[in-house]
Amino acid sequence: MAGEPFVHLVKKNVQPTWKTACVYVGAVLAALIVCSIVIYTVTGLDPLYVYRIMWESTFGSASIAMEFRLITIWNTIRDTMILLCVALALTPAFKMKFWNVGGEGQILIGGLATAAVMRYLDTSVPTWVLFAAMIAASMLAGLIWGLLPALFKARWNTNETLFTLMMNYIAMQIVSAFSIIWEAKKGSGAIGVINKVTKAGHMTTKWLSGVFGGENYIINVMIVLVLTVFIFIYMRYTKHGYEINVVGESENTARYAGINVKRVIIRTMMISGALCGLAGFILVSGSSHTISTTTAGGRGFTAIIVAWLSKFNPFIMLVISFMLVFLDYGAKGVASACGLNKAFSDIITGILLFFILGCEFFINYRLVFRSRKEVN
Amino acid sequence: MQKEQPCENAIELRSITKRFGNKVVANKKISMTVKKGEILALLGENGSGKTTLMNMLAGIYYPDEGEILINGKEVFISEPKDAYANGIGMIHQHFKLVDIFTAAENIVLGIPGKQKLNLKEVASDVKKLAERYGFQVDPNKKIYNMSVSEKQTVEILKVLYRGANILILDEPTAVLTPQETDKLFDVMRNMKRDGKAIIIITHKLHEVLEISDRVAVLRKGEYIGDIKTSDATEASLTEMMVGRKVDLDIDRQEPRDEKLRLRIEHVTAYDKTGEKKTLDDISFDVYSGEILGIAGIAGSGQKELLEAVAGLQRVSAGSIRYYPPENGKEEELIGKSPRQIRDMGVALSFVPEDRLGMGLVGSMGMTGNMMVRSYRAGKGLFTRRRQPKQLSEQIIKELEVVTPGVNTPVRRLSGGNVQKVLVGREIANSPTVLMTAYAVRGLDINTSYTIYSLLNREKESGAAVVYVGEDLDVLLSLADRILVLCGGQISGIVDARSTNKEEVGLLMTKYRKEGAAIGG
Repeated sequence: MAGEPFVHLVKKNVQPTWKTACVYVGAVLAALIVCSIVIYTVTGLDPLYVYRIMWESTFGSASIAMEFRLITIWNTIRDTMILLCVALALTPAFKMKFWNVGGEGQILIGGLATAAVMRYLDTSVPTWVLFAAMIAASMLAGLIWGLLPALFKARWNTNETLFTLMMNYIAMQIVSAFSIIWEAKKGSGAIGVINKVTKAGHMTTKWLSGVFGGENYIINVMIVLVLTVFIFIYMRYTKHGYEINVVGESENTARYAGINVKRVIIRTMMISGALCGLAGFILVSGSSHTISTTTAGGRGFTAIIVAWLSKFNPFIMLVISFMLVFLDYGAKGVASACGLNKAFSDIITGILLFFILGCEFFINYRLVFRSRKEVN
Repeated sequence: MQKEQPCENAIELRSITKRFGNKVVANKKISMTVKKGEILALLGENGSGKTTLMNMLAGIYYPDEGEILINGKEVFISEPKDAYANGIGMIHQHFKLVDIFTAAENIVLGIPGKQKLNLKEVASDVKKLAERYGFQVDPNKKIYNMSVSEKQTVEILKVLYRGANILILDEPTAVLTPQETDKLFDVMRNMKRDGKAIIIITHKLHEVLEISDRVAVLRKGEYIGDIKTSDATEASLTEMMVGRKVDLDIDRQEPRDEKLRLRIEHVTAYDKTGEKKTLDDISFDVYSGEILGIAGIAGSGQKELLEAVAGLQRVSAGSIRYYPPENGKEEELIGKSPRQIRDMGVALSFVPEDRLGMGLVGSMGMTGNMMVRSYRAGKGLFTRRRQPKQLSEQIIKELEVVTPGVNTPVRRLSGGNVQKVLVGREIANSPTVLMTAYAVRGLDINTSYTIYSLLNREKESGAAVVYVGEDLDVLLSLADRILVLCGGQISGIVDARSTNKEEVGLLMTKYRKEGAAIGG
């Protein structure tokens, strides 16, 4: 006969936020310890040294001039903001349980539209017209990329996961094609910096360099923070946000409530796609000034993790985005400083994510161990 | 150690305690026994811990404290497999069968055995088993072709086939017609004669009195006591269950000031495949100031009929006309969405069968759920939460909803409280037509009677109430007229005051041969 089980699970009640926060902090600490063990046993490096490298790769080394240190810090901020922007863009779709895994394609196509406007308008129009056109084009392109799967879903109930995924490849192929059409040097297959000489369409912040440092991305930050507040309000306090929540929870309830489910799906995916397109604009105009198939860099997928880990709270997304960027920079820094390859940094990122995702379990359940019982 | 001797207790529970979280004690030091060859009825209101207790026997939960003795020996049941090993079989309210498999295939599913499966042998074993206890079943029939009662038979055979000596039936009669219930009770008596111990959970007191030998009562997680069925009455059992005397009479007034409210003519609808008629030429009228009961075996078209009126079901033919109380100017409802119907000023309220899947949003609090009806109120882009919040507080107070707060997700509330939230919202906008589907399903006596009196109140204030129900005793004493559905057709409309259970029960199966796949 089976004996009393050694341990069994008990579901927890809601617990105070500080306790949840403690679990997360504990998970990160535990992950760091496990990483230390892995680092030491596999590479023989001093874990503390490795962590210092990670820190310095994200925030710059204290031993170098502030001017250079700022560059590193701004890079971290720039990437955090881009990731946050995509996560915010995906939030309405995922809240509606519309599995938009097409963020990658929507970003790319938005970036491509931005690049096209930059190239063809160049200095022929006033700067503000150029930027307005770039933003409009990027959002429109992303919107179309989001709208197509939504239309098919609403009309024929096609599977949106496959559809959005395939749209990624289409976007990538189109960008590949334009990489040849617009290539800077024949045969290079790369576009290079667009409007290299005129700098038309480059989001520049040099005039603020006195305040924020030479190579700053303050406009990117402003755009994304405004978007953060917008999504927070949109999802929580508007009628649209309410409809998205109901549709995501149960389409039957939505129909019962008199919500036009198809319209909500289409409208929401237009917004989601357009905001992904805007992320493409920020990437092209606000940082790389060029476009290639790797411009999106997997952010369309990483942002899904950000959105879900934050339980769709835009302000927590900021923290999670930063954490993922920190891990990425840190791991890459370690890899180059210690002569390890990229696989090593992936291992560290993997261990940390494992612990953070795993602590969800401890937030919802607790373990009850076998109590000692007298045997008579 | 106990001496080896035949023990007459099939089950003995010794101070079983089960907690959920730190605060909720679902079962508190429960000690009880079930003898071999005994039918024990387990009674208790919702949230009294009956299902939790039974789930510990079935291996779904594990007790925090206490001991379980089977045939006098202590056992540990940490998963369903252990329950089977100890001869315990539970028949859940929701059947756990594979639709595309036959009865025999479902019965052997999951039983470890030889590499090669001899289905013929299984089928003949099942047949023998069925004959022994008086079941009627075809082992080679596919589940999707079966009626609810046949499916239940398969569930019971499944546990018997695995050698269960202790059977737990969770509300087995909720989905059966009176005739089917009688058959089930015959089978239960046969099993009892065979020495099996049976625990039956049910809310229907007359069934308790009819079938059981002994009644055990739980209240708020505690064991109140047991009583021999021959010494019990409906009133005494209710008092044990609730802890005080409850008035079990439904105060039915004569309909007053009846006016035509809805005229439904020749309504026909098809299921998703477009082949089977779910509604077949349905015509009837609904009047204000009356309760129209709708009876029928589950899946006879009740859901489709109510949803057709609410604008949620596509109708291929017929008309549904609404006559407003103000001017009597008729309005066609077919082809209109729920929103259009509301915008026309039709005060139509609907308590759907699937409370959390259609009527409410489980992850939202009460305030958010009040907004299902009213979120469009006011101009502009933003929702207004003040009024829904006030309405929530009012419902909490008037219907005694137990909830930590207006923002606690309604999914976390107990079944009775969920239903109070839904019904409360639906009657809040003083409907002219109020439709309810299985409004008291799974609710305890106290809450059920609260719902009945709310419905009566709506009727007296002039609403046309449509009540789809499954408990015929309630239908007979609550409704003014009873419409009986069978296989998507109306098999009769009878006066609730002069008809009886047998007549309604027969009407429920009247057109059986045409709708052979009803409930399948």
